[in-house]
Amino acid sequence: MFDTAQRKKLVSVNGLKMYFPIHTGLLRRHTGDVKAVDDVSFDIYEGETLGLVGESGCGKSTCGRAVLRLYDPTAGTIEVDGTDISTTSQSGLRKMRPVMQMVFQDPQASLNPRMSVADIIGEPLREHTKKSKAERLDRIYELMDAVGLNRDFANRYPHEFSGGQRQRIGIARALALNPKFIVCDEPIAALDVSIQAQVVNLLEDLQSELGLTYLFISHDLSMVRHIADRVAVMYLGKVVELAPREGLYDDPKHPYTVALLSAVPEPDPAAHDSANRVILQGDVPSPSNPPQGCNFCTRCPKVMDICKQLDPEFREIEPGRFVACHLYNQ
Amino acid sequence: MTDLTTLEAETYQKPRNQWWDVWDQFKTHKGALIGAAFFIFVLIFVFLGPIFWTLDAQYIDIRARSQGPSWAHPMGTDQLGRDTLSRIMVGGQTSLLVGLTAMLLALVVGTLVGVLAGYFKRLDGILMRLTDLFLALPLLPLLLVIIMLFRDTLRAQFGPEKGIFILIVFVIGITSWMQTARIVRGDVLALKEREFVLAARSIGTPPYRMITRHVLPNVLSPIMVSATLGIANAIITESALSFLGLGFPSDFPTWGRLLFDGTDWLQRNPERVIWPGLAISLTVLSVNYIGDGLRDALDPRIRGR
Repeated sequence: MFDTAQRKKLVSVNGLKMYFPIHTGLLRRHTGDVKAVDDVSFDIYEGETLGLVGESGCGKSTCGRAVLRLYDPTAGTIEVDGTDISTTSQSGLRKMRPVMQMVFQDPQASLNPRMSVADIIGEPLREHTKKSKAERLDRIYELMDAVGLNRDFANRYPHEFSGGQRQRIGIARALALNPKFIVCDEPIAALDVSIQAQVVNLLEDLQSELGLTYLFISHDLSMVRHIADRVAVMYLGKVVELAPREGLYDDPKHPYTVALLSAVPEPDPAAHDSANRVILQGDVPSPSNPPQGCNFCTRCPKVMDICKQLDPEFREIEPGRFVACHLYNQ
Repeated sequence: MTDLTTLEAETYQKPRNQWWDVWDQFKTHKGALIGAAFFIFVLIFVFLGPIFWTLDAQYIDIRARSQGPSWAHPMGTDQLGRDTLSRIMVGGQTSLLVGLTAMLLALVVGTLVGVLAGYFKRLDGILMRLTDLFLALPLLPLLLVIIMLFRDTLRAQFGPEKGIFILIVFVIGITSWMQTARIVRGDVLALKEREFVLAARSIGTPPYRMITRHVLPNVLSPIMVSATLGIANAIITESALSFLGLGFPSDFPTWGRLLFDGTDWLQRNPERVIWPGLAISLTVLSVNYIGDGLRDALDPRIRGR
């Protein structure tokens, strides 16, 4: 359904690597790296939602944060809105901040407990605009209306709200500067199910109203199916498959994607019992010491000899579908 | 959504200045209110009292020596016949000033070092080693050396009392900031990893506004506690210094000085120890209560409970 070639790329990530050094011994020598994100490339087109899924600890959040330069990436380039931000200094980045914003996972931790809602939502305005106090207040009220918060809440403090309301505050703060690109780092993971739907619908409404582009990080596959246009699947710091939503959910290519999708709960008991679940053996290898060859070769049900020697290339096997697997390299 | 129009007509509460909330909460803390009232009373007593009680604190009336309370001398007299009430007033001026300024100095230095060490990883090592160094210094020999070295120059520069005042405040401040620095550094380290600091970074808040807006307000509680304890410490250290003959001249009254002078006469005139002792402990207690109330009032999570 996407004619991706004609759409404008808003974010373009190329060969992104984010290693965290390990220092051991008396002299704190550099003895290795945790390869949280290892050679990841993807593009996000204007107005779309890219879902980023994977199990805990596979580097999704690190990837999202590195894209916004909250970490300094080890290697690779990140282009946002035509500007390469991978090596810009923090003061240079400040000018780019209004374009890209972030919604955080834990709405409790991401709001300063000593600031009132008006101060929290107004902080980006204070940093990046020269609005007067009254103009700022107008904008704060406008944002609170947009995310469905009562204006009377402006004087209250984060601890006086429920989780869903707090997440709305976080979303209002991210929207304050009219960004083009928002990284949503598991925005619904800390909320209970009835609130999840509200927040996701709010994000969708805002996207259609304001033409936002999302990088939606989540481990909830059905939620990603609901909101994302394209989906990237990560395993142990690498993107193993990147495909349009329908293609990925109907016909997963990579064995890991197959296993991941078969783990989605099936509401129909009959279908549940007859479901052909792929159960992976073993644990995820340590990101500080990944296996030789393909990262997934230790657990892959379709493992071949070549998988244990060569790292598969991330290639386009059908238009718009990228897979990193030797099964499709013949 | 039918009542949207009526909602629109309502005037919304303007964002209120946070300090009104703080005052509202402070008012509900009885201990803090009593403490504040008592502290103000002590300030008035000490600074405005000498206007009404005109006896000179240094005037020696040898015939009235070592008297108990009377109408002429409500708190009695010392062994040289000097009036204890006026000595408490004059001594309180010095003690309170020393306590407050030394505490402020220690607080500013401690908070600065703690925040810088906690926030900037590069400064952490060097600043904390400096703190360890100060903690390891033997206090008394250091004080002796400092006072020997600088007493005369400062006296010549600012006059005998002011010179000694500056020296004592400096010495107390410079030897008591380390606890604050350590506590603040620990809190800042923990705070730095919180998501709201990351959120502020994603907004593009520069480091110094990050510190003033997000870090400092959240480490206020430990700072407040060390501040209130610091006043008590400073008053007591000053009296210890005076006792060793390193502080103010022996005829110059301070609360600590009066206390130590009184100890020799404990058997005959116990009130000579009781009055300055009471003044010191009640002042410290009231400051502690004020600090407690302020800490509660400044925390929005406790406020309104």
